[in-house]
Amino acid sequence: MSDDEVFDAEEVYARASWKKTLFTLVLLGSVLAVAVFATTMGAASLGMGESFGAVLAEFLPVEEVSTFAQVVVLQLRLPRILMAIITGISLGVAGAVMQGVLRNPLVSPYTLGLSSGAACGAAIAIVLGVGVFGTGRYIIVINAFFFSLLTMAIVYGISRMRGTSVETLILAGVAMGYLFSAVISLLKYVSGHEELREIVFWLMGGLYTARWENVIILIPAVLFFTMLLMRYSWDLNAMSAGEEVASSLGINVNRVRIICLSLSAVLTASVIAFTGIIGFIGLVSPHVCRLLIGSDHRYLIPCSGLIGALVLLVSDTACRTMISPTEIPVGIVTSFIGVPFFLYLLVSRKRRWWQ
Amino acid sequence: MAVKLKVKDLSFSYGSANTLEDITMELDKGEIVSLVGPNGAGKSTLIKCIDRILKPQKGTVFVDGKEAARLSSKDFSKMMGYVPQSTLEVFPYTVFDIVLMGRRPHIGWRVTSNDVKVVARTLRFMGIEEFASRYFDELSGGEKQKIAMARALAQEPKVLLLDEPTSNLDIKHQLEVMNIVKKLVQERKISAVMAMHDLNLASRFSDNMVMLKDKGVFTVGDPESVLTPANIENVYGVRAEVRNGHMGRPYVMPIEPL
Repeated sequence: MSDDEVFDAEEVYARASWKKTLFTLVLLGSVLAVAVFATTMGAASLGMGESFGAVLAEFLPVEEVSTFAQVVVLQLRLPRILMAIITGISLGVAGAVMQGVLRNPLVSPYTLGLSSGAACGAAIAIVLGVGVFGTGRYIIVINAFFFSLLTMAIVYGISRMRGTSVETLILAGVAMGYLFSAVISLLKYVSGHEELREIVFWLMGGLYTARWENVIILIPAVLFFTMLLMRYSWDLNAMSAGEEVASSLGINVNRVRIICLSLSAVLTASVIAFTGIIGFIGLVSPHVCRLLIGSDHRYLIPCSGLIGALVLLVSDTACRTMISPTEIPVGIVTSFIGVPFFLYLLVSRKRRWWQ
Repeated sequence: MAVKLKVKDLSFSYGSANTLEDITMELDKGEIVSLVGPNGAGKSTLIKCIDRILKPQKGTVFVDGKEAARLSSKDFSKMMGYVPQSTLEVFPYTVFDIVLMGRRPHIGWRVTSNDVKVVARTLRFMGIEEFASRYFDELSGGEKQKIAMARALAQEPKVLLLDEPTSNLDIKHQLEVMNIVKKLVQERKISAVMAMHDLNLASRFSDNMVMLKDKGVFTVGDPESVLTPANIENVYGVRAEVRNGHMGRPYVMPIEPL
């Protein structure tokens, strides 16, 4: 055959790859731009100059920055913005990986029972004051984290008993979700006013608890786990063609499945333990990306994370400014902003907008 | 002729449905062998055992003189390509991306220009290059089957395993797919094993046939010696006439079940 045609294919592939890379970079740029913008938004009105001055003052000897601006931007807004980004990334990445590894578009940390597990752990800590590791300030966070991972272990264990079928795993996750919801309802029923209020807040999720001390640990952890998961991109691509084909392409399907599920469970658990339940993002971010750039996990995983970050950051900024000084729980805003956008994409199917 | 694939005393059981007992067969370089037999005789199970998708309890498989079980899964997947009976992609992938998955045994993270060339050549060989940037779920059954074959070819295997490659296709696509297998085997000097339901297609395109009955090999040989009225009656429980078909290959005419 002539060489032109071969090279032509190469060019077409290079162009398609470049477009996906560009899409990733645009997303990254958008997240950064919204983050910068968000530092200027809030109950206290600070201009661009003041906000940047406050951030710069940390690193450079810049003069004339008010302590007020510094406290508001550095201690309140910045950790919260970073928390929104990191939470969005975690949920988006975990959703993409879980859907890929289980070949099911309806899977999310929520459907697999991880969120309900975390909520149950948190509710136990709130109502009974009992934690898996003693008591103290972080009792709710640690309980939520531990219960979330425990759920994943139970769900995987049940599916192992039936020969690791994907359907069993998903159904076990859904069933565990119902069980934990029942436990939460029971705890709500027996709890007092204050505790009930706290559970309800936890269940609605929010980023208002963001602190530097948590963000500083979560950033490297989330980035590390995301990169670890991205290493399995090719395996996930092959697995989407079915277990048999993946296996004939030299992939140890069961091993990849347990590694990817565990890593994404840790990723999810470590953020929702702090934020409470934030639904929707883990389910929908991967779909938005697939509609826009296709399913190649090399691009899908990072893009899904960035879409998650973007949606959560926009939602959270909206929820803390719309009726300031009070705020709307972010889960409500996420759905109000995200659902119409997603439905629009779904109906218009603008999948190949770049061609 | 060099032996490409050798299966020796292979036994497998899982529950009661999929069972194989002491299967022994050989495949030469550049040869097409069809596995035929009634439903439940173990055709697909044997294909999957050869490809290490299922782990046989007993027996050995040799590919190119090497014992399959001793090869790493990556090295093994460079020698053996598998085409499933039907392919269902849940998520949207382009045809190019799907065929590129066949390069999985060869690539680390980066796609080299060689990988892209192999995929481009494979698409061209299969006559489906115009679909390269189409999405898989937009294509017809016959086109999907060709893409699944292209993915297996992109592995650059020595032996191609096909699980009922024509069972969901119309007659035109059946012939196209079988012609591709034939061309492949001749041009690339690889060998092919196909599980087949359609005895006449098997007869026309295979060099040898392995007839399975009750979890074991009933008879082996060229289509003339395997497709006799007596064998068909014994294995399928069907009275049949065998006539002289295209290119002198036997043509089976089923008359009635016994």
